[in-house]
Amino acid sequence: MLRVEDARLLTGRAPFIDDIEPAGTLHVAFVRSDMPHAKIRSLDISRAADHAGVSAVVTAEDLGDLCRPGPVLVPPPPIDGAIFNARTALPLAREVVRHQGEAVVAIVAESRYVAEDAAALVDLDLEPLDAVADLDRALDADAPLVHEDLGSNLAAHVRQTKGDYAAARAHADVVIGRTFRYDRGVSAAIENRGVIADWDGRDGRLTVWDTTQAPIPVRNALAALLGLPESCVRVVAPFIGGGFGPKIMFYAEELIIPWLSMRLGRPVKWIEDRYENFFATTQERGQTHESELALDAEGRILGVRDVFLHDTGAYDPYGLTVPINSQCTLLGPYRVPAYESEFRVAFTNKPVVTPVRGAGRQHGVFVMERLLDFGARELGLDPVEIRARNLLGPDEFPHDHEILYQDSAPLTYDSGNYRPSLEEAARRIGFAGFDGERAAAAAEGRCIGLGIVNYVEGTGIGPYEGARVTVEPGGTVSVVTGVGTQGQGHFTTFAQVVGAQIGVDPGKIRVVTGDTSEFHWGTGTFASRGAVVAGSALHAAALSVREKILQHASRALEVDPEDLVLEDGEARVRGAPDVRIGLGELASRANPLRGAVQPGTEPGLEAAAYFGPARGTTANGVHALVVEVDDETSDVTILRYVVVHDCGTVINPMIVEGQIHGGVALGIGNAFYEELLFDEFAGAGNASFMDYLLPTATDVPAIETAHLETPSPLNPLGTKGVGEAGAIPVAAAFAQAVEDALRENAPGLEIVDIPLSPGKLFALRNPADGGEDS
Amino acid sequence: MKPPPFDYVAPTDLDEALAALADAGEDARVLAGGQSLIPMLNFRLAAPVKLIDLNRVSELSGIERRPDGGLVLGAMTRHRQLERDATIAEYAPLLAEAAPWIAHAPIRTRGTIGGSIAHADPAAELPALLLLLGASVRVARAARDGEAPGRVERTLPLDDFCFGPFFTALEADEVITRIDIPPCGPLEGTAFEEFARRRGDYAIAGAASRMILDEDGTCLHAAVSLINAGPAPALVAGVEEPLVGRPPTEDRLAEAADVASAGCDPAPDMHGSEAYRRHLVRVLVLRTLARAARRAAAGRTPGIETEDG
Repeated sequence: MLRVEDARLLTGRAPFIDDIEPAGTLHVAFVRSDMPHAKIRSLDISRAADHAGVSAVVTAEDLGDLCRPGPVLVPPPPIDGAIFNARTALPLAREVVRHQGEAVVAIVAESRYVAEDAAALVDLDLEPLDAVADLDRALDADAPLVHEDLGSNLAAHVRQTKGDYAAARAHADVVIGRTFRYDRGVSAAIENRGVIADWDGRDGRLTVWDTTQAPIPVRNALAALLGLPESCVRVVAPFIGGGFGPKIMFYAEELIIPWLSMRLGRPVKWIEDRYENFFATTQERGQTHESELALDAEGRILGVRDVFLHDTGAYDPYGLTVPINSQCTLLGPYRVPAYESEFRVAFTNKPVVTPVRGAGRQHGVFVMERLLDFGARELGLDPVEIRARNLLGPDEFPHDHEILYQDSAPLTYDSGNYRPSLEEAARRIGFAGFDGERAAAAAEGRCIGLGIVNYVEGTGIGPYEGARVTVEPGGTVSVVTGVGTQGQGHFTTFAQVVGAQIGVDPGKIRVVTGDTSEFHWGTGTFASRGAVVAGSALHAAALSVREKILQHASRALEVDPEDLVLEDGEARVRGAPDVRIGLGELASRANPLRGAVQPGTEPGLEAAAYFGPARGTTANGVHALVVEVDDETSDVTILRYVVVHDCGTVINPMIVEGQIHGGVALGIGNAFYEELLFDEFAGAGNASFMDYLLPTATDVPAIETAHLETPSPLNPLGTKGVGEAGAIPVAAAFAQAVEDALRENAPGLEIVDIPLSPGKLFALRNPADGGEDS
Repeated sequence: MKPPPFDYVAPTDLDEALAALADAGEDARVLAGGQSLIPMLNFRLAAPVKLIDLNRVSELSGIERRPDGGLVLGAMTRHRQLERDATIAEYAPLLAEAAPWIAHAPIRTRGTIGGSIAHADPAAELPALLLLLGASVRVARAARDGEAPGRVERTLPLDDFCFGPFFTALEADEVITRIDIPPCGPLEGTAFEEFARRRGDYAIAGAASRMILDEDGTCLHAAVSLINAGPAPALVAGVEEPLVGRPPTEDRLAEAADVASAGCDPAPDMHGSEAYRRHLVRVLVLRTLARAARRAAAGRTPGIETEDG
């Protein structure tokens, strides 16, 4: 079925944040640090404050009690011996700035133009401090300190083990050891962030429109910080042009803009521009892994050891989610008897790192898949064979990996059937005949290569979501849930889940998401959990409404509930479809204006329900691609791309495919285009879309997808999440394919650093860098 | 990313525009397509007091063929016109071949040939291409104090016009009015190729080659112009030596490509090392010289085709 929201989106009728502008709105621009690490020597705002059209100029001092470090949003899981040093940012910097783009002054003016003119008049005198730019040296004893009070740059240290790796290694026939680096990027949503706040002083109500993935936690935080009852704060997440993770945070702007509106008694608006987004919105990536894989002579995994460094940037407000995802996802769909994994998280003077689509999972997958590739090469196995020999079998579920996942629950895979995914992907990409295809291309002077890799994705974690389903007297069905929506197709899938239970066409169901005045229980859209968790809550609410419909219809039509079917918005008697009653009529009858109702009954056809999974559910899949490398320019073109994916029961195949396509595009960016480049002082040099290369439509190939369905036993729908799947394994598959394409022209080439680029591939092939050709 | 305040005028007449420019002096900027100036304004890298918009000055547009076969291009000729115009395709096929590689289609509908030359970005295609074609630039200004009233014009060959990165011979009160391109002969071949990460990006390196053969296939003229391989567009010295006076064999073309690679001056940047850029120059010069030679030999210079025999 087609997406019901697309008509509104494609005709420009869907409201996005910048479409909203209450009468009398003031506009905000921030003065941000242009240095990665500096002491604020002096700050003079007088010229800006005097500028015509400026309403207020605000510094940390003006914030009073509000100027305290922000919350740690996700507490670290209770892992034995884990160290976690929380350091979060002030809403506006005071004394020290710790990354480029950290906000120092907020300027409120009649327009954004005037606010930026005034920003240029702020005299901010910064004294540069030594900066931590190089992750690999961030924990050196002589490194400059990001947080002086901490005494080192160690944000966290976590070790998780399973089995006895040392013993496994001692029995190994082959041990593969490598260093891998996976560098930083931004999420680059089409729509940047934005906040609009409108304080109504007469009845003490605050309305905030916010590009957030988590409107309910934002409302709760604002109420607590601003001293308002939660019921007097309404947070609305309108249509959002992409979330990808960074919009799950609670940013300083989300506090300052409402506070300004309350202080000035006017609506106040801030729309992040693209340049700000490169620094002020959280980012991802930046890990260095020292990894080892122990194999027996048949290529079976005996154990893995992985020690890695993770760059959290200047602060760590999202706890350990990203590095724990890396740690846990590395195990993949494989049987790994022994695992020794240790990571340290370092503070650096770079923008803050929090989950971005994939959220560290791609790093773990890259390490494991690359180790398997090098192991296969050593043993003379092909990439499919070494993977097939190590897959968990369908009879091995639930499979306990004996370590803790990001949601604090044990890393236990609920279900899966991995071999068919691998076989289907190999078949579709043409693995069996590829040696011949490669040789035929070589005869024409072309270098083509194939990559094929596995991944798993832990999805659909708790704690819970809720939903309410209402049949209105006019027959309209309205569905509300607390999660925000950023383009995932929630309006369609949620309507499908409800429609299936009450016999209503999903196109006729009105879905509302992300408005706390409509529903205020829940946590938000993250961790590929919308369909799994909110979907299951909707399913439960729809089942309750179904019961109510059947009861009322049974009374109205004088038949047993078992003899009724719900279809086309009516209750009909099975076998006698002319005996029927509309759901709207039933809703009216369920809400009588006079007369007695049975004690203990509830009015109307409405129910709310909640769903909290015991733990996350694990999806899996395989990516396979064929690339062509231009031997002369070192450019890489993707010729074919296949994704075989198993996210349990598929609610809407087109939406699942769309999620995969978008994810693969993001993964291609990670693998070959996107890299935020910092100099030795941690300053970013390519913060624009001219120099920060996002893959465009001409760089992303047509993607062939296939769905396998191994339902999850952990939720009534049997679904698993799919939001991040497309992005996770791309770099690993890409690296394997490039090496394969150059197996004759650059034998022994190993790609261990991501992102790759033509220039880097050239350098890999010409290590002296002076040679013209290898 | 909002521009600082500025005054704005949009004259319809060239003399009016020249007068406005003379009047505002160094604090004014001329707005042609806005391909580069508008982003610079939004980043506040430029803060002119006044913008003089040339988009309504009709005298600056138009593509004409002179009786001698040369072309006259109005300074406000859009990149998109170079890409699609039949006269360009026939008489300056190099421009038609390269134009689709200038930025993206929406930008090409705005960006102008005059703006590109005046901006003098070493990564831009048009200055290098026009240099290879032997083009000259016509500029005009209003008479200064002490001069007889009226319009003062001068013509400069392109290699006297672009000096260095973003640095030209254009004076603060001057505007480019047109570009003159000399005629090309029947046994002349040109070819263009650039390498960029994504379609529409500035090239990491680019090359344009031109070759003239005699009836026997002997090379009479060979020249190469590079994009983003030095501070300003310049013809590569010495590429003609292995070629002129002899047939352009594969070995000699390779020798010329080696000369270009050794003689260029690329700076390392985020896309690659100096070695990588020199390597790309060699690859692109070899490809374009070979194609130019084939086209010259065929006695034609097909513009739109890029893959031909």
